Formats: sequence, C-alpha cells, structure tokens
Amino acid sequence: MVIARVVGNVVSTQKNGKLEGAKLLLAQPLDLDGKDRGPAVMAIDGVDAGVGDRVLLVLDGKAAMTVLDRGLAGVDAAIVGVVDTVDLEDSARSR
Amino acid sequence: MFLARVVGTVVATRKDPGLAGTKLLVIQPLRPDRTPAGKPLVAVDSVGAGAAEEVFYVRGREAALPFLPAEVPTDAAIVGIVDHWSTA
Repeated sequence: MVIARVVGNVVSTQKNGKLEGAKLLLAQPLDLDGKDRGPAVMAIDGVDAGVGDRVLLVLDGKAAMTVLDRGLAGVDAAIVGVVDTVDLEDSARSR
Repeated sequence: MFLARVVGTVVATRKDPGLAGTKLLVIQPLRPDRTPAGKPLVAVDSVGAGAAEEVFYVRGREAALPFLPAEVPTDAAIVGIVDHWSTA
C-alpha cells in the first residue's frame, strides 16, 4: 500500500460491466514528506473517500477485486482506507 | 520476500471492512547492508511487528494469504521479524 491524495473523480458511462456502479477516483501517490510520487492512479473507491482526502491505495489486482467484491474483474487499484494519522520516526520523514 | 525496517505506523479509522483490526505499518525496504532500498510503503502486519524492528514482507496478491480465511485487501504484508542476517 502507499499513501495517496485523492485528486479527482472519474466519470465513465461506458465501461466494463463488472465496473458498473463502482466509484472511480484519481489518486496521487505521495512520498512520506507529502510530495507527489509518480503518476496519478485510477482506483476503485471502497471507503467513500473524497477529493482532498489522504488515503491508503493498494496497487494489486487481487486486493482491488476483494474491495469490489464481484469476483474476477478488470481492476488493479483500490482505495482501502482514509488516513487519520501517520506516525514516523525522524529518519523516515524525508523519504 | 524483501527485508525492511518498520519506520512508522498509520491510523485509518474509516477503512475497508477487510482491514478491520489489522495493524498498518510504514516500512522502509533495506539492502543487505541496511541502507534504504527504494521508497517506503505501508504493509499489513501479520506477526506482531513494531517500531524500529527489522522484518521481511511479501508483495502482490500473496500478501493477502497470511490472513486467510479473512480476505484482506492488501498488496504488502509483513510475514516475519528478522532476528539477524549476515552476508558473505
């Protein structure tokens, strides 16, 4: 899992049937110092997150399918938690 | 599996039901010489690891297997606490 920031909503009318009704969000992975890490990812939302929330993002098909709970499906990323706090030891703050 | 060091904890009250009751730890992957290898990540703990401990973890779909029959939606799981390691 990585910590990410929800930066957008994605609306798609025509999509694979397994994804019908699923909420799709754009999540920007973050470093521990809060800076962007790599490209934004489209993810299934399992926790009713919203733009601006700091979240836990899983980047794995099996985990995303567990969140979607519709058996095998073409998904590879999901938001599984809204972060309240992150406690870090001093040496990790700049990574 | 990879070596890592626990460098932090994450609290998330609102989370997927599959993650209820789990411990979320920030881990820094390590090279064999204990220098950082790449970026930190968040892993679900399956062994009772804690702050500053050296651990090993699995990535990918196998990361959910330590928690069976519970279906935990994770892509990284700590599966052992390392007592020590040595390199030739």
